[in-house]
Amino acid sequence: MSTLTIEDLTVAYGDGAPVLDGLDLHIGDGTVLALLGANGAGKTTLLRALTGLVPAGGRVLLDGADLTGTATEDRVRGGLALVPEGRSTVVELTVEENLRLGALWRHRGAARRAAVAEMYELFEPLARRRHAPGHTLSGGERQMLALARALIARPDVLLLDEPSLGLAPLVVAQLLGVLRETASRRGLTVLLAEQNVTGALSVADRGVVLSLGEVVADRPAAALAADPALRHAYLGF
Amino acid sequence: MDRLVFLLSTGLARGAVLALFALSLVIVWRAARVINFAQAAMAIVAVYVAFALTAASGSYWLGLAGALAAGAVLGALVERGPLKLVPRDTPLPGMIVAIGLVMVLQSGLAIAFGPDHRPVRAPFSQRPFLLGDIPVLSAYALFVLLLAGGVMAVLALLFGRTSLGLQLRAAAFAPETSRLLGVRVPRMVTAGWMLSVATAALAALLLVPTELGLNPHAADLLFVNAFAVAVVGGLDSPLGALIAGLAVGVLVSLVTGYVSAAAAPLAVLGLLTAVLLVRPGGLFAAKEARSA
Repeated sequence: MSTLTIEDLTVAYGDGAPVLDGLDLHIGDGTVLALLGANGAGKTTLLRALTGLVPAGGRVLLDGADLTGTATEDRVRGGLALVPEGRSTVVELTVEENLRLGALWRHRGAARRAAVAEMYELFEPLARRRHAPGHTLSGGERQMLALARALIARPDVLLLDEPSLGLAPLVVAQLLGVLRETASRRGLTVLLAEQNVTGALSVADRGVVLSLGEVVADRPAAALAADPALRHAYLGF
Repeated sequence: MDRLVFLLSTGLARGAVLALFALSLVIVWRAARVINFAQAAMAIVAVYVAFALTAASGSYWLGLAGALAAGAVLGALVERGPLKLVPRDTPLPGMIVAIGLVMVLQSGLAIAFGPDHRPVRAPFSQRPFLLGDIPVLSAYALFVLLLAGGVMAVLALLFGRTSLGLQLRAAAFAPETSRLLGVRVPRMVTAGWMLSVATAALAALLLVPTELGLNPHAADLLFVNAFAVAVVGGLDSPLGALIAGLAVGVLVSLVTGYVSAAAAPLAVLGLLTAVLLVRPGGLFAAKEARSA
């Protein structure tokens, strides 16, 4: 189990107002945390800042190790994984190649093949399409592949950006179910940024609401789901 | 008929060199999204290294190895040096750096070695074999075909079957996603440049004995024709470079043999124009645009 600590994180694009302004957050010990908020709240920016894809002020610590200033690939090799919005399949590669790519730095030889086989067990539709090029996959298959490709590297902390975007409710339920089950089994710490509030809170232990780059609520998921005033003010339902 | 057989066979050897050089342009385009206008000048620098090594040791093979190594080192130096200094979000700054490099390298070679053509001996005879009474490939042309084919097969295996190749392809197609999977993309870009310039150096080394000799501009026409080949085949397509290279090699050979050498560039230009009118992305351009 791993902890992710965010201290005074600030991100601004150009000379504009900060998208994230001195954000502090601590996620630990196999927690599944739902990161909620309207469009423009700063969810995607937070995930990109955590992985070093956008420059940020403040500090990011993974199990106490300071990741600040390190390259994205080093953060990934340090145990942080991001499944970005838009499914991020390398469409020119096959399903199997995408999975092998995710496993390259973590596993070698027979262990790599076993890790790929494990993902096919977890996501059966991918096994049937292992030799298909990425551009022929459906939206649901691409999202499964993106999640499998992140899990295959056995990250300590998994960041997901809008995994339910554009998917059928049944596919979303399957994906979130696999995510919850895997998180529990592996003790995986998860930061799940979602507009699908109901779905996210159904699998999360804890929920955080972002508004204009600041945390406005941080409670157990069940308590957050049961607060109609907060839901109405920040989550739009 | 004899003439046709001879022209076809020599055209294939010429096409193999063209395909190899075009492949080098495809590799660097895929790795860095740069059309390297300095590819010929960089390749010729490596050929001068080979020339010097062969002259000093008497071994063609040591020179060949030296050209490959020099090409790889030069590729890494250029990628890690001048290209690091310019923005990479659009291709234009990289192209301007490349054009500047052409001037610097060719002028430097002319100052160091002079502008004259230096004769370069081939390691095998260039007299054609006779198949009955029909002249066909020379031993050197056969060597060029086999070596170019072998190198292309090795590159195909590298890109298609190895972990390094998988990372090179992923870093070229989706650099941000690759970084998120732990791929060290800057290293892959450097590796792409090293492979590319080493391949171009080999193509130039194979070409020089069949031309007037070695001088700082010895690969200029090779670059022009290979660039046309890469565009005809599709800049993203190694298979396109191979097929278009062989086709253009045969075309140039036939036009040179039956019309005149002066008409050959016009034939290549005509082919390039026709292909661009019908398929602007090249004959083997990927049909699927990136969408994720």
